[in-house]
Amino acid sequence: MAAALERDPEVEILVGMGTGAPSVELERTEYVRADSSYSLLSRIVKATEVDTIVHTFLVVDSSSVSGRALHETNVIGTMNLLAAASATSSSVRHIVVKSSSLVYGSHPANPAWFSEETPRSRPARNRVERSLCEVESYVKDFAQDNPGVVVTMLRFANVLGADIDTPISRNLSRGIMPSIAGYDPLIQFIEEEDVVRCVEFAVTERLAGIYNVSGDGKLPVSEVASIAGAWRLPLSPFMTRQAAAPLVRLKLLSLPTELEDVLRYGRGIDTSKIARAGYVPSCSSAGAVERFAQSNRLRRAVGDHLPQYRYEADVEAFFKHSPSVVR
Amino acid sequence: MVRNADRSANKPSPTHARGDSADEPFGSLVRFPGPDPRKPARDLSRRSDVDEWGRSERARRLIRRLEGPYYDRWFRVEWEGLEKIPRAGGALLIANHAGAIPSDAPMIMHGIEAELGRPVYGLADNWFRTVPVVGTAWSRGGGVPAHPDNAHRLLHDQNELALVFPEGVKGPSKVVSERYRLRRFGRGGFVETAMRAGVPVIPIAVVGAEESMPILYRSQSLARMLRIPYLPVTANQLVFGPVLGTFLHLPAKFKLRVLDPVTFDVEPGLERYPRGRIMDEAETIRQNLQENLYDMLAKRRSIWFG
Repeated sequence: MAAALERDPEVEILVGMGTGAPSVELERTEYVRADSSYSLLSRIVKATEVDTIVHTFLVVDSSSVSGRALHETNVIGTMNLLAAASATSSSVRHIVVKSSSLVYGSHPANPAWFSEETPRSRPARNRVERSLCEVESYVKDFAQDNPGVVVTMLRFANVLGADIDTPISRNLSRGIMPSIAGYDPLIQFIEEEDVVRCVEFAVTERLAGIYNVSGDGKLPVSEVASIAGAWRLPLSPFMTRQAAAPLVRLKLLSLPTELEDVLRYGRGIDTSKIARAGYVPSCSSAGAVERFAQSNRLRRAVGDHLPQYRYEADVEAFFKHSPSVVR
Repeated sequence: MVRNADRSANKPSPTHARGDSADEPFGSLVRFPGPDPRKPARDLSRRSDVDEWGRSERARRLIRRLEGPYYDRWFRVEWEGLEKIPRAGGALLIANHAGAIPSDAPMIMHGIEAELGRPVYGLADNWFRTVPVVGTAWSRGGGVPAHPDNAHRLLHDQNELALVFPEGVKGPSKVVSERYRLRRFGRGGFVETAMRAGVPVIPIAVVGAEESMPILYRSQSLARMLRIPYLPVTANQLVFGPVLGTFLHLPAKFKLRVLDPVTFDVEPGLERYPRGRIMDEAETIRQNLQENLYDMLAKRRSIWFG
């Protein structure tokens, strides 16, 4: 499972679960190590009587895990989670699912902006998108079957931040921004702390429904490279996969299929729904790239000795003192 | 577009400035910084003026410079009724479409931008997006994939002008013997879009584009093999040779007539509008446009001098 997801401080809510050891200092959280499909979950839910589950373990990067592990974590893990929540006498009243804008795909026939209701224009063809669509359909079914449970599904744009590991951030840290020659599509970003704040917002406000979350504005790939000070690596527009394969093999480049599509056709998600609900991200798309670039420069200068994650004081306070967090 | 003062202040380091605008198409070629009052202030981290549709005013300026002589000297574009295009507020412009590489779209966009000083977004088939380089240039120049959501956002939410050719690819792919005979207007999607957005449809009759690159012959099977919409042999290729003739238009005299805006007496923002009504309106607009084309052709004394 992506280490970055564990680092999200939502894990700190009462009982944290993850496949690895928590990578941040967790003060009041009891942390349970689980297997990749989270089969323990129902017992924990029953034993602790939590009323909110924040589901952030979805893998959205197919280059980090094998296809089977991806399915195991995303689909089976979610099924276990939902089963735990829907068991009779379950105490769960709210589920927040951290999904991704990958569920919309990237295709030339796509609209420039996806609203939450806009369907994909073509069926998903790569593993991650397929598994996320499957997960979302389970979550929707769950919401239908359990009207007493508030279900929030947050679809995030590309997340960037000092502590999260995504294909784009990995490439930018190496000083390159892959692009496909002749294409310069528009993409969106959200800062990782904004992701945390958004999940917090969803928990406290008990938002119901599906929400797109992204920083304001869209950037062409070329501009991402120029803001981040990265070298734009143009890949052949034809047989891109094959052209990139040697670099991917040498681990100089991460180019999962889902990223390749984005680099060709881009994607835009309309965030007006969550804005109406009252959540405003602190960083625009360009701002997220800028902040990421700054943290990268800092890391290059002083190395990795910094504390890995410093929570915003209000987030910290929320998880420690908010009455809506179950202890 | 890009704030001058902030721009330099925002550059954190000299190494960082390297990628600045050198990476963006056309960005390094023209540099006319200056605030644009039309758009709200941009966030300070931005380094290009590419908007949410991919249009860049800087790229547009370069295109307008290149197109200027084409517009003024080559086609000698003449407008009639340009005042019918509003200076503010959304409107859906439609026109007849012609020429193997249609010259009407750039001329209409150029004309309105130059004369009225407001941008026009050209809605076109998303096939453009799939072509490397061309797709990016098209997008920077104001091209937007013709999706109902895109059109609605442009027209209704952003009060912009959008140009669409309801004939679609059937317009420019017709051979010379069928010139100025309007094809079917799709399924009237443009009417529905305008109804939903609550904006008028403004038809523009274009004379001259047909003769600027007439198609003598087109190969269906080769086009299918190459996965392009159509593959024509044009008169231009006979006149200018196979290479130059593929891109250079003949200097036909362009006349554009803006017809009266068509408004629909329906409530905007509905999920669905009656199909029959849409088809009727589309057909009325089509017939009006066709009559105006015949009228303009009847009055035209020469293809080349108008």
